[in-house]
Order: sequence, then C-alpha cells, then structure tokens
Amino acid sequence: MHSFGYRANALLTFAITILALMCAIASVSDNFNSPSPTSQVQVLNINWFQKKPDGDDEVSLTLNISANLESLFTWNTKQVFVFLAAEYETPKNMLNQVSLWDGIIPSKEHAKFWIHTTNKYRFIDQGSNLRGKDFNLTLHWHVMPKTGKMFSDKIVMSGYRLPQLYR
Amino acid sequence: MGWIEDGISSIRSFQLRQALHQAVTLGMIVASALMIWKMLICVTGSESPVVVVLSGSMEPGFQRGDILFLNMGRDPIRAGEIVVYNVDKREIPIVHRVIKVHERKDTGEVDILTKGDNNDDDDISLYAPGQFWLKRHHIMGRAVGFLPYVGWATIIMTEKPVIKYILIGALGFLAITSKD
Repeated sequence: MHSFGYRANALLTFAITILALMCAIASVSDNFNSPSPTSQVQVLNINWFQKKPDGDDEVSLTLNISANLESLFTWNTKQVFVFLAAEYETPKNMLNQVSLWDGIIPSKEHAKFWIHTTNKYRFIDQGSNLRGKDFNLTLHWHVMPKTGKMFSDKIVMSGYRLPQLYR
Repeated sequence: MGWIEDGISSIRSFQLRQALHQAVTLGMIVASALMIWKMLICVTGSESPVVVVLSGSMEPGFQRGDILFLNMGRDPIRAGEIVVYNVDKREIPIVHRVIKVHERKDTGEVDILTKGDNNDDDDISLYAPGQFWLKRHHIMGRAVGFLPYVGWATIIMTEKPVIKYILIGALGFLAITSKD
C-alpha cells in the first residue's frame, strides 16, 4: 500500500495541484487591478497619398504617439503588446482595421513612452475609398500574463480626415 | 462436481478478476481523458482547444514549449487578437497576431492578415501561393489563456518518440503490476 511508487505518485499529484492552484490565483489576482491608461496620437503629416496600379488607395502618415500604460502592469504581467489601428467604414466593408504601428512593452519602466514615426505597416484600403475619408485612431493593448488569462482593451481617440486629393 | 471447484481455484490463482479490474480502471482513465478533451472542444468551439507553441515567432510573448488555451466563440475576429490558423496544404498550425481586418458588409466575410510579433514581415509568404488573406475557416481559434513550459513534454515526446514508448511502457507496466 505505502510503497515507494505510491508515495512518489501522491507527492507529484500534490505538487502539481498546488502549482496549478498558484497559477490560477495569480491569474485571478489580475482582476483586482483597474488600470487607467492614457494616450494621445497626432497625425503630423501625410507623406504621400496615391492610388496604387491595382486600384487600391494607399497613404503614408507621420504619427506622434504618446501613451502612459504603467497602470496595466501587475506582478503577473510579462509584457504588454500595444498597437495603433486606423478604423473606418467603407461602402463595401462594415469594418476596416489597419494596424499602423505596434510595439512590445517589456516592463513598467518602458510603459510611459513617446514616439515619432511613420506608419510601420502599409495603410492600404480594399478599393479606392480613402479620399476625404474619416477614420478613427484607436490604441489597443493586449496584456500577456506570466500565466493565465490574457486581457485586452482599447482607447478610441479623435478621428482624422484624409484630404480630398491624392498627393 | 469437484472439477468446477478446481477450475475456479485455478482461475483465482491466475487472478483473472484482478486483471479485469485493472483493465477496466485503465479503460476508465483513457475514456475520461477523451471525454474531457471532447467536452473542451464543445465548450470552446475550437477543434483543438489546447495547442503547444512550436516556434519562436511570437517571442518574447510566447516561447517554444508554452501552452495556449483557445476559444473560437461567435465573436468576430478583430485586429490584435492572437489566432491559430491552418493554411491549406500545411500540416502545422501557426500562432500569430492579427494586424489587419476587413469585414464585408453584405456577407460578413472577413479578410485577415496576420504577423508574428518577432517576425519582420507579415505572413503573406506563409500563406498558400496566391493567397493574400486568411478567411474565417482558416482560423482554428483565438488564444485566451497561457501556461508556460508545460508543452515541453509534448515537444520532447514528438521529437524523440523513443521517450514516448518508454514512458507508455513504464506506465503500462506499473498499471499491470501495481496491486490496487
């Protein structure tokens, strides 16, 4: 009954149960954090704006992004993935989400940042709908935990209207 | 009627009853594992609710050997979500992040573009030749939970099958020889 194998099995089961419980508690503890991140984005310049040979509109922007995401970090946070997306509606599409810039924040010390950048991913429409188009700039973040459930949220910021003419 | 008693006692000495009991116990363990897996598939709506990360393309968020819990759900797929997708003619599913979404008004069909956080380029080169977007049916699930390191057991067993057979053999041996 109380052989070596039996005891080893009991010990292993107990250890794994405790470890799983601790992971669960760490994940649940994230819920007690109520973050209040802030962010601001400015479109500084339209570098160029054209219709590609295949008929889709493409625009290149210079952006100024500043954000304070320090409050997202808890003891169970491995990193925060943050990205800025342009979101707009076209006659054909209910929703277009185009990521313009993204970054990985590895620790709380880097969570308050300011960056001046052109769009990292190409801002291409499916079609030719960007002239005079209003779009929302939305800052999204995804909190990746050390263990457990992932969280995500966003701030919808002031919109921007593209010019009527290509340039 | 002495021969019946003799027969019974010889069967008893073979411990048939105990062997049967052990077979049933083993069967119960296998069956309940299968039941839990199938139930997870039903609850999450994903055909493989738990996946192991095999590449470093999502580092430092996910490393090789980490485990992801997937959920499909009815919610539309949005930019920023980490999805597991399966491209036609490719065996291994890929875990990457959605960076672009275009959702049709009339049909609700979506065009999705993905990229690994640790990759420089988007995934168009990983898709089938001539494919520029993922559709909803390529997506197996979206990652909702994360557990580090646990997947190493699977990776080791897949890459070194010998260890798998030794392990199965040892467990089987234990199951047969152990007394209750």
